[in-house]
Amino acid sequence: MQTNYRRATLVKPKKRMSDEQIRAIHEGSLQILNDPGVTCFNEHAADLYDKAGCKVTRADEGKNVWNVKITPQVIQETLTNIPEQVILGARNPDNKLLLDAEVPNVYFGTGSETNVFLKTEIKEYVSQDDSSKTMLYPEFIEERGSLKNLCTSAKLCNNLENVDFFIRNVNIQDEDITLENKDVNVFMAALMYMTKHVQAGVVDLSQLDQIIKMGEIIAGGKKEFKDNPLLSFITCVIKSPLQMVEDTTEKLITIAQKGVPVVISSSPQGGSTAPIQEEGIVSLINAEILAGIALAQIVNPGTPVLYGAVPVRARLDTLHDLYGAPEFIHYNADCIQMARHYGVPCYSSAGVGDAKVPGMQATIEKVFAQLEVAAAGAQYIHYAFGLLDKTNVFCPLQAVLDDAHVGKIRDMLRQPVFNEKDVADTAGQIKHTLTSSTKLFARYIRKARRKGLVTEPYPFESEEGKDEVLVKAHNRLEEILGSDGEKLDPASVDEIYKNIPGLLPRERFEL
Amino acid sequence: MSDTLEKIRKNVIEGRIDSEDEGFEGDMEGEPGVVELVQQALDEGISPSDILNKAVSPGMEEVGQRYENGEYLIPDMLAAAECVSEATEILEPMLLEGDVKTRGKFIIATVEDDLHDIGKNIVSTLLRGSGFEVEDLGVGVKADKIVQAVEEKKASHLGLSALLTTTMGHMEDIINLLKEKGLRDQVKVCVGGAPVSEDFAKKIGADVYGEDAFDAIHKLEKMS
Repeated sequence: MQTNYRRATLVKPKKRMSDEQIRAIHEGSLQILNDPGVTCFNEHAADLYDKAGCKVTRADEGKNVWNVKITPQVIQETLTNIPEQVILGARNPDNKLLLDAEVPNVYFGTGSETNVFLKTEIKEYVSQDDSSKTMLYPEFIEERGSLKNLCTSAKLCNNLENVDFFIRNVNIQDEDITLENKDVNVFMAALMYMTKHVQAGVVDLSQLDQIIKMGEIIAGGKKEFKDNPLLSFITCVIKSPLQMVEDTTEKLITIAQKGVPVVISSSPQGGSTAPIQEEGIVSLINAEILAGIALAQIVNPGTPVLYGAVPVRARLDTLHDLYGAPEFIHYNADCIQMARHYGVPCYSSAGVGDAKVPGMQATIEKVFAQLEVAAAGAQYIHYAFGLLDKTNVFCPLQAVLDDAHVGKIRDMLRQPVFNEKDVADTAGQIKHTLTSSTKLFARYIRKARRKGLVTEPYPFESEEGKDEVLVKAHNRLEEILGSDGEKLDPASVDEIYKNIPGLLPRERFEL
Repeated sequence: MSDTLEKIRKNVIEGRIDSEDEGFEGDMEGEPGVVELVQQALDEGISPSDILNKAVSPGMEEVGQRYENGEYLIPDMLAAAECVSEATEILEPMLLEGDVKTRGKFIIATVEDDLHDIGKNIVSTLLRGSGFEVEDLGVGVKADKIVQAVEEKKASHLGLSALLTTTMGHMEDIINLLKEKGLRDQVKVCVGGAPVSEDFAKKIGADVYGEDAFDAIHKLEKMS
């Protein structure tokens, strides 16, 4: 039995809500699920809820719309079936993740499905006032997301030390990508270069079996895939407020039947599709996620699920998402507590902001959220690498910066590990040092450093008077992309091509 | 090379002064360190100069290389330099003139009215580690005492440290006193400390400005 998983960061969770507030949110969500209930556009789901004891009525005669009032009893029974531990496998078994609802062990990963891939080229700029004064600065070049970009992203993220899992983060928009072949190609691009866990939504349900088959081939068989589910799925079942979308609901039902781990996610926008007040959006998103979790457990009790919270607030000038707002942190921190309250591992969000390019705004927006959300103890934090302009852009340079910053955050949140004996040992150190000629403690740093207890300086430190962060991070990016990746072995690739239709030619996955 | 000499070399590299040092992995407590091994080597009849030239110095050279290639940081260098310092203290009385090529006699002090000495202590340790004979006069040392020490010890190098803008002026006084005594040409003067700068060093007529301990050592080694 595997006992060693990829190392996470164990935190002492910061609690935003009191126990009273948690109870209030829970009761509020139950109230919402009972009245008004959920508007369900999927007949299959309506039938399942009905059989489980919910009050289901047709909302509109002649149309496939039902009102489902999910009772507290159904929710209670749901909660008793949810596995508290979810294992997410990986091509390299050392990268398997153990998500335990009781243990605030934090992992960080990528996401969302961006439309723009933002490349960087370093250019030299010359002062107009004094041509002897020059500086290096990145030029940013936008590309529409492509299969190649997704492969590049997977290779990069596989080599970033603090990326624990990979949610496909580029929307592949090649001309020969269609609804019928998109999913298999997305997963192939990710699995080709990624030895960590791979996760994505499914566009076309008919490709689900093919994707799972790919996972089985790589894992070494059906049983091996069950023990090491190296890929999993995200379902955003609810369109806020409280509307269960027909096709995504069907996807959840099918995935749950197969017993593959699945994220039940919801993404209401405070101020437009949800109340902007913290208590309002949190009780709403909580209700929506509970509705989805309930359905998964009704379909297949014991389905491994993640509580997928992606609440955000609206800008008041455009009603677009405003990710860099403190409210984003508030909403997410509350959801993490709710997930812990129910005993479900939490899929949370942090590292997304409103900045369009790497720089100060991006860093502030991302780091504040990454730190606070991690401190709240979410087990699985997505969006953490490379995102810019909300969830529209993936920037490899930004991903390299985020990797450094997440590393710092891990160090910041590291718990003290000393005991009485350690304190006594350092007293001995102090006594010994006072008798030395130098009275310096420097020599004792060595052991602490080799134990990993001494953090390193900022990896992109600049020379005096200059800000070379972006240039140095770019150099690191080039180094990673120029290195050999850990490509999927040729035998597995052959087997996949033999069994999975719809894949683009192999050379399309070459970098 | 004898087993004991090799152990000395390795312990210098690891910066283990004595058996109380746990070593890098924390499992070496009780194992002899440089101090014990130097004594053991002497008991085995190995000559002091062999101990120094075949074990201690090569160990420190290896440390220097590891520092240059980024594998070692300052704490590692300091730990190793302390070992060299301790070993040298044991061996010096036994060494014959000519046994060891010293890089020079170095007087070092923090100037009058100034008590800061961390930088000076680090520099002293590193200087000993790199082959200088060092006499540390301590802190708050008056100019005439410093110049007297230079004269009496026939020092080839003088290091002056100050951490306050109100005390760094004494450095110029010391250099002027050296000139008065006809000693200025005998000695290379190196200055350092937070308020000191390259410009200041030039202004007062110092030979070397060390931005930090390692900069100072680097420049001094280039001059040797």
